[in-house]
Amino acid sequence: MINKDSRVLLEVRNLRAEVVVDGVRGVEILKGVDLTVRAGEVHAIMGVNGSGKSTFSKVLAGHPEYTVTGGTATFEGRDLLALAAEERARAGLFLAFQYPVEIPGVSNSALLRLAYNTLQNERGLEELDPLEFEDLVLEKIKVVEMDASFLDRSVNEGFSGGEKKRNEILQMAVLEPRLAILDETDSGLDIDALRIVANGVNSLLTADNAVVMVTHYQRLLNYIVPDYVHVMDGGRIVRTGGKELALELEARGYDWVRAAA
Amino acid sequence: MTQVSTTISKEKCFEQLLLGKTVKRVPGQYLSGSEGWLEAVRAEALENARALNFPSDRHDDWRFTDLSPLFQHGFQPVSSFAKLTPGDIEKFLIPGSTRLVFVDGCYDAGLSELGFSGSAGAHGVTVSSLVERIGDVQVETYFARQASFKQDAFAALNTRFFEDGAFVHVTGEAAAPIHILHVATRREAPSAIYPRCLVVMEPDSRATVVEDYAGLEDGVNFSDAVTEVVLKDDAQLQHVRVQRDEKNAFHIGHCSVAVGRGSVYAATSLAFGARVSRHDLHAVQMGEGAEIRLNGLALITGRQIADTHTRIDHAFPRGKSVQLHKCIADGAAHAIFNGKVIVHPGAAGTDSSQSSRNLLLSGKARIDTQPQLEIFNDDVKCKHGATVGQIDADSLFFLRSRGFSEERARNLLSHAFAAEIIIKIPVPSLVESLSRTILDRMSGVRT
Repeated sequence: MINKDSRVLLEVRNLRAEVVVDGVRGVEILKGVDLTVRAGEVHAIMGVNGSGKSTFSKVLAGHPEYTVTGGTATFEGRDLLALAAEERARAGLFLAFQYPVEIPGVSNSALLRLAYNTLQNERGLEELDPLEFEDLVLEKIKVVEMDASFLDRSVNEGFSGGEKKRNEILQMAVLEPRLAILDETDSGLDIDALRIVANGVNSLLTADNAVVMVTHYQRLLNYIVPDYVHVMDGGRIVRTGGKELALELEARGYDWVRAAA
Repeated sequence: MTQVSTTISKEKCFEQLLLGKTVKRVPGQYLSGSEGWLEAVRAEALENARALNFPSDRHDDWRFTDLSPLFQHGFQPVSSFAKLTPGDIEKFLIPGSTRLVFVDGCYDAGLSELGFSGSAGAHGVTVSSLVERIGDVQVETYFARQASFKQDAFAALNTRFFEDGAFVHVTGEAAAPIHILHVATRREAPSAIYPRCLVVMEPDSRATVVEDYAGLEDGVNFSDAVTEVVLKDDAQLQHVRVQRDEKNAFHIGHCSVAVGRGSVYAATSLAFGARVSRHDLHAVQMGEGAEIRLNGLALITGRQIADTHTRIDHAFPRGKSVQLHKCIADGAAHAIFNGKVIVHPGAAGTDSSQSSRNLLLSGKARIDTQPQLEIFNDDVKCKHGATVGQIDADSLFFLRSRGFSEERARNLLSHAFAAEIIIKIPVPSLVESLSRTILDRMSGVRT
């Protein structure tokens, strides 16, 4: 929901970044990105493969594979780029992974509890013991319609593509971030899983938080309706509009936007 | 107590071991030597030991394993019986288990807990000291029949000099895990300890046996252990081996297993402790449809060396084997894995898989892994593979993006890598205590 008076969560100005390969700086991928996200808003960043949209989400989350070469990013008034990945998470930034990792040997419930308690600590709040946490997580798991048996399994091990994506949203539900970046969370989902994931995200939206969805397709936006749609091309946001822009992209493709830019 | 040790040569070290003699123990626990067959075996073992000597570093099976720290010590036979209290060993105990306790290789009846298993045959299992049962026909039939004391100097030394050991005879279903706890104490001089174990599983029997080697105080000692396991037809054994010796100990272990028709032998072997450790596990299928499952983990740091050599012989049709071995090496530690799987000409329909997965946590650590598959038969399904890697960068970033510090994320991932083996142990309390051991090593993580 757009409310021009609401607090600015994320302010990105002229952000430039290069990919690092084997410790050697390489190709510039982000070439001056601007983005402002206020509390209560839902943004979609769309673009073709290689446009830089996934890189943008990883750079915001602090992925060590990228080096920021210019510009600024401010998150809730703090210099985001000065923070390590874990500090960004503790500050309330969340990235749902395009390719969720499997961690054999760590149970889903242990991961969630350890992560939750880390944030509780950061916020000066009480940690929960395993029993208390179980009550909390059994509530949260309803958000993504997952069976409680998934909690005892190793993180994402043997999960289907859809289950892995739902598991990312479960982490979001438990960690309650201020800003969630969903990196192609819709990719590889069948229609039922897409609906569950979208319902989950919608149920977590409040006037105090915000979501940035990075996606290829308009399909997801039928379920999570964006306030803003941005088109990324060549490492920059080249067009911004309302949700109707997504429909136009679906109908006409990306070429006309790129030509206009 | 300070320990006195002078540096000696490899030759002197071996000579010193050959001087080993029978120990004075508490009354009633002498190995009398009245059994002629055992005297003959011991005499042959001594000859073999003399002839074999320590392996040279050019020996193919030992070329990665630097034994030189072992050779520097003159190990003495254990000269007296160390009296421990239940409190001393409490932290190693498995609640509800049948328990045999050995202190520096000598049986301690007071610390042991035999339950009903002490009375022969009751409840499907007899657990006792080997010396007490030395006249048992099962002991005479199976003792020193497999362990290659003819080819291996360490197995030969053990066969000559063992004082006592565990005898487990399972005729039915053993309800409780059988815990064989070997505790090494610190002596005035570095001591040589010869743990011995014989497990005989009758047809259709079931049991879980935990062989456990622990150190009580940090001291230099040398455990030279031999275990022999016989599974007759359709038996099932879960065999757990935990080596958690103190950091200046030396540990050489040898385990031979004969797996009968339709039987399942499932082993989980863990190496955490000792300055230098070596474990040889050799499992042979003795009949059709036998199944062998081996899980292994070496988790070492500092200057530790841990070597695991396994060999599986598929000699009959439709056998199955599954193996997963993991090494985690930190500091300047050196882990070695060599796993042979041999499919003999008669072993049609063999299904075998072997995987060696390894994690290097420091730039100075080293891991050598060598899976070896030898197939002399067309009708088989075999696969094997090995990976050596560092902590996965994507997993590390994932955890950091969930708020874990880099150090904590690394610890959690190393723990997880080890936990995959630990959780396969069928004794929940042991899984819990070993998980804590690992967590202590990877400090800062609580799960």
